[in-house]
Amino acid sequence: MSAFAGLLRKEGLHILRDRRTLLVVIFMPILQVVLFGYAIRTDISDIRLAIVDPSPDASTLELRNRFSATDAFRIVSVLPNVAPLDGLFASGAIQEAVVLEGDFANRLSRGLPARVLVVADASEPNSGSAMQSYAFAVIQSYERDLATRAGSVRIAAEARMRFNPTRASSNLFVPGLIAFVLTVISALMTAISLTREKETGTMEILLVSPLRPFEIIIGKVLAYLVIGFVSVLFVVAEARLIFNVPLRGSLFLLLGEGLLYILTSLSLGILISSRTSSQRVAMIGALAGTMLPTILLSGFIFPLESMPWPLRAIANVIPAKWFVMIARGIMLKGIGLEYLWPQTLVLLGMTVVLVAAATRSFRIRLA
Amino acid sequence: MTAAPNATAIEAHELTRRFGSFTAVDQITFDVAAGEVFGFLGANGAGKTTAIRILTGLLSPSSGTARVAGHDVYTESEAIKRRIGYMSQKFSLYEDLTIRENIRLYGGIYDLSKDELRDRTERMLARLGLEQSAGTQVRSLPLGWRQKLAFSVALLHEPSIVFLDEPTSGVDPITRRQFWELIYEAAARGTTVFVTTHYMDEAEYCDRISIMVAGRIGALGTPAELRQRFGVESMDELFVRLARPTASAAS
Repeated sequence: MSAFAGLLRKEGLHILRDRRTLLVVIFMPILQVVLFGYAIRTDISDIRLAIVDPSPDASTLELRNRFSATDAFRIVSVLPNVAPLDGLFASGAIQEAVVLEGDFANRLSRGLPARVLVVADASEPNSGSAMQSYAFAVIQSYERDLATRAGSVRIAAEARMRFNPTRASSNLFVPGLIAFVLTVISALMTAISLTREKETGTMEILLVSPLRPFEIIIGKVLAYLVIGFVSVLFVVAEARLIFNVPLRGSLFLLLGEGLLYILTSLSLGILISSRTSSQRVAMIGALAGTMLPTILLSGFIFPLESMPWPLRAIANVIPAKWFVMIARGIMLKGIGLEYLWPQTLVLLGMTVVLVAAATRSFRIRLA
Repeated sequence: MTAAPNATAIEAHELTRRFGSFTAVDQITFDVAAGEVFGFLGANGAGKTTAIRILTGLLSPSSGTARVAGHDVYTESEAIKRRIGYMSQKFSLYEDLTIRENIRLYGGIYDLSKDELRDRTERMLARLGLEQSAGTQVRSLPLGWRQKLAFSVALLHEPSIVFLDEPTSGVDPITRRQFWELIYEAAARGTTVFVTTHYMDEAEYCDRISIMVAGRIGALGTPAELRQRFGVESMDELFVRLARPTASAAS
């Protein structure tokens, strides 16, 4: 039996014996996809909508039906005039109002621009603009269908906004989530598991044995590499099946870049463990050093563009930022290395530096 | 059995290790004969663990020379690693693995063949009376049992020298006695035993002892010789006499 195979077997047993951690590691990403997908996502459903329709007729009715037909809207009241709107907004009974012009149907049939005003509760700016976009989408699709039926028809909706046709923030968060999962499993678990061996004293025994340091390290990280990989597959599959997040680019490229990023995080984990001697410190170090930057500064949840320049500058040294860009590019834009080589190169450079630093720190501890 | 009779298992000459301006091990010189039970004593912080770490290849010395099992600690640490066993101050086994899995892991690390591993596992379990518990996780064993098991596992690959760093601390007197029976059995088979301890009764069990004081060797010889030379009744008295000046100087 080869020494290395024995080492791998042992790591596997550690992981299998520690059921609780294993469950956390496997179910956390799955749960997070659901959490981010439903609870934290910024697209909105069930918007409470009021429609002001001063002169109801067949065409306004059809527009109303279109609103009620989407999951995004729930029509809570149809009003003859705008007077009650202020009260309804103030009480929170409605979040958005669509106000049709008095002779909406009439102007429409005469080929004149029919005017619509969309008012959204913007106390939460993001959801406000999202709600506005939804309403415009419904109105535009109505306009388009009408135009194909009846020729030149124009509806003039006010405050036109740029519209995200996929309307899904899950598209944006899944690549970030992959980065997050890889960071947690690779950096955190490696750091903890290496420090545990230091803490219990078994690391000394391994170091005194004929095993070479790199064998010990690789034996340690390989197991987490496998788990990390499996988790990524889970997250990608789940995102696809539940949230219809596309994977437009190459799966192999995504997995390859994932591997590169795992390597980066593993070296970070080794580096953290070499500076600490207790599991608790390693955990805090890994949390502060990898998880928080991954969440806050990778553009995963909070857009980097809206940050002040010092934070944007710091974000440049966070590996997750580059991986998130790569993963988004592959998954959402379907682009390949021909566009992503600069980011890949940055990540590669970081990995080389970190691997060198990690092996060096491991050797220093031996010297 | 691996070492020739009367051969030297460990020879250290003016071995020194500095950490910055602090000299943890200061020009220590000593020999350990093959098959000897060598007690390596000293107060906490006297440099015992540093010396052990140098001899086991975990640390490189700053200056001086040392050969372990005939191999140079500077250049042949890989060869040394194959010839030594080590039981650290902390626990040496994996608590979440079963007894048998631990044995198998170390057997694998030291490249034992399947047959060797099987034979030695059965012999070890029989000797320790652990046949029934081979499948239980080590964490559920009492401390004394664990230490005896850890010692036996350190001997699994039949090293010519075994280093024991405070193997019996926290263990009850009866189990300590059983532990020393295991040590004598190993020595009788020709294994050199290099052991640190804080129990002075255990020092009396050693063929020879050295007492480290502030990085230097303050005394070296058989227990009887040392008692005579320093005019003391017991190892306890000798230890306190040697260790005290530095203890008061440090405080």
